[in-house]
Amino acid sequence: MWLWFHKLASPPHAYRLLGKMAPWFGWPALFLILLAAWWGLFKVPPDYQQGDAFRILYVHAPSAWMSMFAYVVMAVAAAVGLIWRIKLAHAASAACAPIGASFTFLALATGSIWGKPMWGTWWVWDARLTSELLLLFLYLGYMALRASFDDPQRADRASAVLAIVGVINVPIIHYSVQWWTTLHQPASVTKMDKPSIALVMLVPLFMMIAGFQLYFGWAISRRLRGEILRRERNAGWLKEAN
Amino acid sequence: MGLQKVLEMGGYAGYVWPAYGLTAVVLIWNTWAARRSEAEAQRSAQRRNEIARETRS
Repeated sequence: MWLWFHKLASPPHAYRLLGKMAPWFGWPALFLILLAAWWGLFKVPPDYQQGDAFRILYVHAPSAWMSMFAYVVMAVAAAVGLIWRIKLAHAASAACAPIGASFTFLALATGSIWGKPMWGTWWVWDARLTSELLLLFLYLGYMALRASFDDPQRADRASAVLAIVGVINVPIIHYSVQWWTTLHQPASVTKMDKPSIALVMLVPLFMMIAGFQLYFGWAISRRLRGEILRRERNAGWLKEAN
Repeated sequence: MGLQKVLEMGGYAGYVWPAYGLTAVVLIWNTWAARRSEAEAQRSAQRRNEIARETRS
């Protein structure tokens, strides 16, 4: 078991494995995202209150979900790297940050576009929106902190601490709509009882979430390969790895 | 249902299409950035390998 684990964490092996895996994430992701977008835009009937504006849900909710998912992956990888001193885990954590940041930006921007016709404003400082904005700053802070060190090992340790401390914001984002009075609506899908959204409207939503997850798999494979190479002073194995 | 009606999005075209368009832009940018980051790392690693070979010989 440990032997297998060490083999997996060895840079050349991980580099090759990620290269093999990437297309298996990328193509299904493209297919699912396009199918979900088509389904969400043209197949699903308009909402009885929000009309066609609710179709923004299919890009907004999956982006918001991914923004939190990517952060948790980043923080767990950082913790693994810090505790067991696995360089590959630090590299994975670093690879997560730009992808997570872009999904966070997307969640904020599409939410803002949705807020204008429904709430009459692009932005309010309610708990959900503010904590999601904080998430964006955590990602940006993490990347800026990494960039401020010349020594990659020191960058790994310092940024890992930030990533781990910042993970407290993820449950705050999720429960913000219950804990505080927010303009943002409470959860419709992730409820203990059954979701308060029609099944026909849920199908493209889950499809888009699955597509985004696979896309994350593709993007992190690509970025992690880059991170591995940047950390290898002597990548003599690179030639046969390609 | 005509194409015109579909594109109008019940009067919300000015919000629905930009939201989807922005999503496409961010995903495409992300794809490009990830590929570029990997390609740059490959180039510089190969360059390091070449320098190492030259100094050995």
